[in-house]
Amino acid sequence: MVDSKQQWKAWLYLAPAIILLLIFTVWPIINTVRMAFINGFDFSYIAENTKDEKIISIGIRNFADVIRNPFFTNALKNTLILCVLTVPLSTFLALLIAVCLNSIKPLQKLLQTIFFLPYVTNSIAIGMVFAAMFNIVGNVVGNDIHGPLINNPGIINYVLEFLGFDRINWMNNGSSYWANIWVMVIYIVWNALPFKILILLGGLQSVNKQYYDAAKVDSTPKWRVFTKITVPLLSPMLAYVIITGFIGGFKEYSSIVGVFGDILMGPPHDPGRLNTVVGMIYDYIEKRNFGIASAGALILFVIILIVTFINLWVSKKKVHY
Amino acid sequence: MKIVFEILTKIFPSRNKKSGEEVVAVNDFSFTIPDGKLIGLLGPSGCGKSTTLYMISGLQKPTGGKIFFGDDDVTELTTEKRGVGLVFQNYALYPHMTVKQNILFPLQNLRGADKLPKKEMLERAHYVAKLVQIDELMERKPSELSGGQQQRVAIARALVKMPRVLLLDEPLSNLDARLRLQTREEIRRIQRETGITTIFVTHDQEEAMSISDMIVVMKLGVVQQIGKPQDVYDDPTNLFVAKFLGTPPVNVFNGTVKDGKLYIGEDAVLDVKGVSDQDVYVGIRPEGFIVDENGPFHCNLRSVEVMGRDVSVVSDNPAMQSAVIRSIVDADNKIDATAQTISYTLKPHKVFVFNKETEERIYFEV
Repeated sequence: MVDSKQQWKAWLYLAPAIILLLIFTVWPIINTVRMAFINGFDFSYIAENTKDEKIISIGIRNFADVIRNPFFTNALKNTLILCVLTVPLSTFLALLIAVCLNSIKPLQKLLQTIFFLPYVTNSIAIGMVFAAMFNIVGNVVGNDIHGPLINNPGIINYVLEFLGFDRINWMNNGSSYWANIWVMVIYIVWNALPFKILILLGGLQSVNKQYYDAAKVDSTPKWRVFTKITVPLLSPMLAYVIITGFIGGFKEYSSIVGVFGDILMGPPHDPGRLNTVVGMIYDYIEKRNFGIASAGALILFVIILIVTFINLWVSKKKVHY
Repeated sequence: MKIVFEILTKIFPSRNKKSGEEVVAVNDFSFTIPDGKLIGLLGPSGCGKSTTLYMISGLQKPTGGKIFFGDDDVTELTTEKRGVGLVFQNYALYPHMTVKQNILFPLQNLRGADKLPKKEMLERAHYVAKLVQIDELMERKPSELSGGQQQRVAIARALVKMPRVLLLDEPLSNLDARLRLQTREEIRRIQRETGITTIFVTHDQEEAMSISDMIVVMKLGVVQQIGKPQDVYDDPTNLFVAKFLGTPPVNVFNGTVKDGKLYIGEDAVLDVKGVSDQDVYVGIRPEGFIVDENGPFHCNLRSVEVMGRDVSVVSDNPAMQSAVIRSIVDADNKIDATAQTISYTLKPHKVFVFNKETEERIYFEV
């Protein structure tokens, strides 16, 4: 413990960090709450309050506006679907790859680096490559104003054809909602893998080798070693990647921008179809509906809070620290 | 199940490829472990005793030689197929399982014809838990147990599948002194009750001597001596074994043999018939000294430590190799602690003579 006479020194050293946090984190959060509860907040009253015509009304109209907006419910649906599909899939694949990586000796470092590459690559750039792989090359906003859409079956369709399947319209004019979703799922999972592999591989490498020796002495089948020893011992790391995965999933936005472009946010014939909650919040800000944007942000915050509590509650029962 | 080693060798390749220096952990180890005995593998750290144990378990493959369990050659068998029980130095209990789940784990691994009904698994788990006296703790997690209790759980887990051989790697090193005494008796008792051939590794000579039927003394991968603890203590084959066994340790002196007499410094301390004239090392067990005013061996008296039953006399002599000479004599001897010198007669069977170069024992007629 710091001597109470010396405490001011501790505060002094902490001051730079605390002041910055107060200005750029704490105040914006408080301000978000404030704006969310001022009906129709759009900063205009600040300009106009000298005339004192506009009376500030406090209430939950912003929240009602958000919830009643069909675009919001659509965005929430997209976000939930992407979360529910990508988090388990990416976690399972990452676990599989981490276990495989951990069990090989030659090339381990090289493969580790390769698997980590997506993490250091710009996600918009990756998104454009994915778009090209699935259908579209060049400007996604391919209408008559911006020039013709470059239509291309994409390498994935060539592979499907080679394997004897029909081509799929992944993300062009007339593509189906679920085709779009699967493009996003594949992209997000691929993008999320490196971080998860890194965490799980780190976890695996810190597991005491003696547990595996003990399992060997007891003639444990491989699958049982995985389910009864590896997974439980990794459970703290698994809980971490699942919880952060869900939080990241609810904040999904840049991935849609990367693949479909920030103007379309969906296939050309149905713009905005794949918009997410964060995307909606940005849209409201762009339209200067700051109150509604704040309300949307708070709703998202509450959803993430609830999901995280559920995650923690489950992990309390299943995680062995 | 008797265990036979045939010229077992383990060489670890060098980490540094340039120097190419290999480490010979176990060298030409040939030995038969009789059925149902408790064997202590004993030696200083790095002598290859744990490597030997891991080769028996199959976790490490020998570079050369063969291992037999009974008449079966198990050298090429994987660990999974050997049917050994191994207690690790740190116990390696699965931290996420209860004691019961830990003990049941090896049984649940059994497949095919060996598969047991659930009821029998539980019965066997309870049987071994009772045997090691942890049947009260079945629902606890390893982190909620003391070191000694964890140790018992580890033994129970190794025993529950009725292994052909039970291996213990430094089983007592993580316990405090008192628990160590208690647990080593427990290991002895459990081994007697089950009759399973048991091999344990230790660097503590007292521990090995006190409970083993036989001890194997190793140094730098080479077996020095094998035998019953008392025999090895009474009759060491070389200076290393003599020094390694016994507390307080053997007293070592520079000596000379001349005309059938053993000299330490100027004192002709003992007749050693049949030994040619040469410089030698002399080892004298602490209990090999008899306080005798007219004795031939003179030392400078430093202090007398009374221990009740015995008296420990600390003295020195210019020819000694160790820091002091420590002798244990009967408390009936009245020793004048203020005297400058003390004289001893030596018990011939407690005096060992070793070749100065090879440090091998030179036997003489008593």
